[in-house]
Amino acid sequence: MKHDNSYTGQDFKVIGTRVKRPDGIDKVTGRARYGADASLPGQLVGRILRSPHAHARIKSIDISKAEALQGVKAVVTADDMPVPQGLPGDLAHMLENSMARGRALYDGHAVAAVAAIDAKTARKALQLIEVDYEPLPHVTDVDAAMQPDAPVIHDWIYTSGVDPKPEKPSNVVQRTEFGLGDIDAGFAEADVVVERSYKTEATHQGYIEPHACLANIRPDGSGELWVTTQGPFVYRNVCAQMLGMDIAKLKVTSSEIGGGFGGKTHVWGEPVALALSRKANRPVKLVMTRDEVFRASGPTSSTSMDIKLGATRDGKLVAARAEMRYGNGAFPGIWGMLSCMTSFACYEIANCKAIGYDVVLNRPKVAAYRAPSAPMAAFGVESAMDELAAAISMDPVEFRLKNASREGGQSHYGPVWGPIGIRATLEAVRDHPHMKAPLGPNQGRGMACGFWFNIGGQTCSDLNVGIDGTVTLTVGTVDVGGSRASLGLIAAEELGIAYEQVSVNIGDTGSLGHNDMTEGSRGTFSSGMAAIFAARNTIEVLRERAAKMWGIPVEDVTWEAGQAVAKGSAHGNLKPLTLKDIAAKSPKTGGPIAGHNEVVADGAGVSFASHICDIEVDPETGATKVLRYTVVQDAGKAIHPDYVEGQFQGGAAQGIGWALNEEYIYGKDGRLQNPGFLDYRMPVCSDLPFIDTKILEIPNPGHPYGVRGVGETSIVPPLAAIGNALSNAVGVRMHHVPMSPPRILKALREAEREAC
Amino acid sequence: MSGVLVTTTINGDAVQFACPEEETLLDALRDRVGLLGVKEGCGTGDCGACSITLDGRLVCSCLVLAAEAEGREVTTVEGLVEGGKLHPLQENFISHAALQCGICTPGFLVAAKSLLDRNPDPTETEIRYALAGNLCRCTGYDKIVRAVQSAAKEMRAAKPA
Ligand code: FES
Ligand code: FES
Repeated sequence: MKHDNSYTGQDFKVIGTRVKRPDGIDKVTGRARYGADASLPGQLVGRILRSPHAHARIKSIDISKAEALQGVKAVVTADDMPVPQGLPGDLAHMLENSMARGRALYDGHAVAAVAAIDAKTARKALQLIEVDYEPLPHVTDVDAAMQPDAPVIHDWIYTSGVDPKPEKPSNVVQRTEFGLGDIDAGFAEADVVVERSYKTEATHQGYIEPHACLANIRPDGSGELWVTTQGPFVYRNVCAQMLGMDIAKLKVTSSEIGGGFGGKTHVWGEPVALALSRKANRPVKLVMTRDEVFRASGPTSSTSMDIKLGATRDGKLVAARAEMRYGNGAFPGIWGMLSCMTSFACYEIANCKAIGYDVVLNRPKVAAYRAPSAPMAAFGVESAMDELAAAISMDPVEFRLKNASREGGQSHYGPVWGPIGIRATLEAVRDHPHMKAPLGPNQGRGMACGFWFNIGGQTCSDLNVGIDGTVTLTVGTVDVGGSRASLGLIAAEELGIAYEQVSVNIGDTGSLGHNDMTEGSRGTFSSGMAAIFAARNTIEVLRERAAKMWGIPVEDVTWEAGQAVAKGSAHGNLKPLTLKDIAAKSPKTGGPIAGHNEVVADGAGVSFASHICDIEVDPETGATKVLRYTVVQDAGKAIHPDYVEGQFQGGAAQGIGWALNEEYIYGKDGRLQNPGFLDYRMPVCSDLPFIDTKILEIPNPGHPYGVRGVGETSIVPPLAAIGNALSNAVGVRMHHVPMSPPRILKALREAEREAC
Repeated sequence: MSGVLVTTTINGDAVQFACPEEETLLDALRDRVGLLGVKEGCGTGDCGACSITLDGRLVCSCLVLAAEAEGREVTTVEGLVEGGKLHPLQENFISHAALQCGICTPGFLVAAKSLLDRNPDPTETEIRYALAGNLCRCTGYDKIVRAVQSAAKEMRAAKPA
């Protein structure tokens, strides 16, 4: 049945309440099972040997000694993971990323793996594997990789999107361009132009749970995989294809997930664990160390950008140009393209051009990280916006408001805007008491805006009614941060029953049709939509059953507040039937009562945020302390406000870490120098203040409840908000993220020198 | 293969296990005693996911050898439930939505309990510093600090001075 997904503006009974999440007790008592918490009889321990070189030819790998070690049950290399015929290119890259094929492409690239009876034996076996490397020239900096004399990492990359087509291979995968109007004419109109270059360093998603899985391939070729993932169905498709298995023969179960933020949308060690299990004919548990997580699972792009903005004296943005160069790691991605699409979305600029370059480097393959590619572009654009506002002596919030994108306007990357929240978030910022709070010496306030698309995608859900009238909702999107509670609320709302009557179950790949990843802020949006439709589908069944019980036409039965009501004066004496009444009789009225929905959840509403932050800089050390932070974001409709706030706060904290400290540091040898939490410093509790939130609700017309995704936009503004605050605090403008103490100190010293 | 036999008390119960000399208490608790609530986020003492108390002192179990538990008292997150009732910290973590993914939660609960045992009325700053050895990547710590504040208040109210 086709359901209408348009916004209905109904009054809610339970939506918007702050109920307890159903998985809470297991998670506070240690009973919840994450990736590393499963076992199977006879399981082995898997470990991976990784390249110490940034780029090297693998001349030979001798595994004989490792194989001979007592307790070793399998050793695999790329030879055990052949590329199946017809494997799509991007999957071939993922497979090669999982296990090097002739060349190690970055420090940490897997070259071999073992499965042994225990961790000690596995570690010993790794030491017995002899790899003969021939180091090759490497490049880890995005600008250096684009130079004509840079070592070319792949001889099969010819830049696409340029005319004429290049004759020689290079590290530039593609050039993309989005925009509107005529930028030359636009800049000619401008009274003031700001043109700056920016750099941002790579960061890691930093989930606390390392990648972990338990693979079990049986001698008949069927198998199962227990894994911490944002998308069991996608992992199943990808792994089965990589290993040449039938998709239906691999069952993937997602464990509880200890954070993902995009990094668990991509397979890393999972195909290796499956290959080990296949060769050993035993279950294999593979858990990455933190060092491996940093060196070999998806960080973000490192970037280099040139941003140019032009405005008239009266504050109209008339032209904008951005050229953004994004590192992709060792394999092609679309990160530079995404930066183009997000860069100017907040503003109405008649003439703008965003150009993106995707560039391969001898670094780990980049994976999505919360609103991927948007924070860096926003750092450039929102920093330049503040400078431009200052240049025309206009308040930065007023300047943004004057140019904010509006409903009906043409976005620079394609769509015409529907109802959007950028203006509302800016007005809320302007009127927020935070903006008027006093500041002390070396303190400053900054603000910035951010945008993310949000996505919908393929979704499937089942709703089953038990014979006692309780309800089980099964969804195929992993719960990364409380979505079970939100989805339970939705089912309760639709059926008109109490939240406590609903259990939410995350299905494995054997229990539902395909579901896309929990990514793009789609979990609650799309599974919520499927849950609404599955519930409405169930109500149809309930009405039919009630009609049967009463012996009246189904058209005379309505569903109101959790019960079937007979309509019309002829049925005046029929007492309404509750869900429980109908369920109890179900074995006699047609069997189990269930509703289903399969949908491509179109209509994901874009989301905008504006952040305010106060910081204080210690002029002696260059250390920056965040004193106060406020997030204002449009949620469309907050199903469970606690978890919406949680997304706002978590994203802001990650953005603060990115802005001030977090970075991948590479040595001249091309090796990652800080693959651990001690040297890759994420914010701790004492680094942060309370993070205030303000949820705006501008309904998304493409969702029955008006929901927009909320998970990602919050990481977009912090980099620039902090840069702007810094500039206001100590008068130096930072162009390089992270704005770590040494960089700030250097900028302060330079400013002092210039002043003398 | 050499090994040690460890006799210890875990969450109030007498426990005995054998393990290699170099095995960490974290691995022994998880793999030999079956206390999977103790999490590993780093193995290097930097994330606090493996927090436990040893004779009442908060430690990272990844930095302690299993053999060091000999004759001592270990408390893990599994030991927080008393008489079938959730600890006020556990209740408040749920009601304040102080967990998103929940992987850091066992460590935070053990660290927060250790704080409240020592200091029943901590300031916000004291809470923040006491929990600074525990990384949470999901929440930005806001709701965690609020949950601890609220639990502390409830516990003080329940225990008249
Ligand atoms: S696992 Fe022990 S501190 Fe991280
Ligand atoms: S809730 Fe996910 S790391 Fe803390």
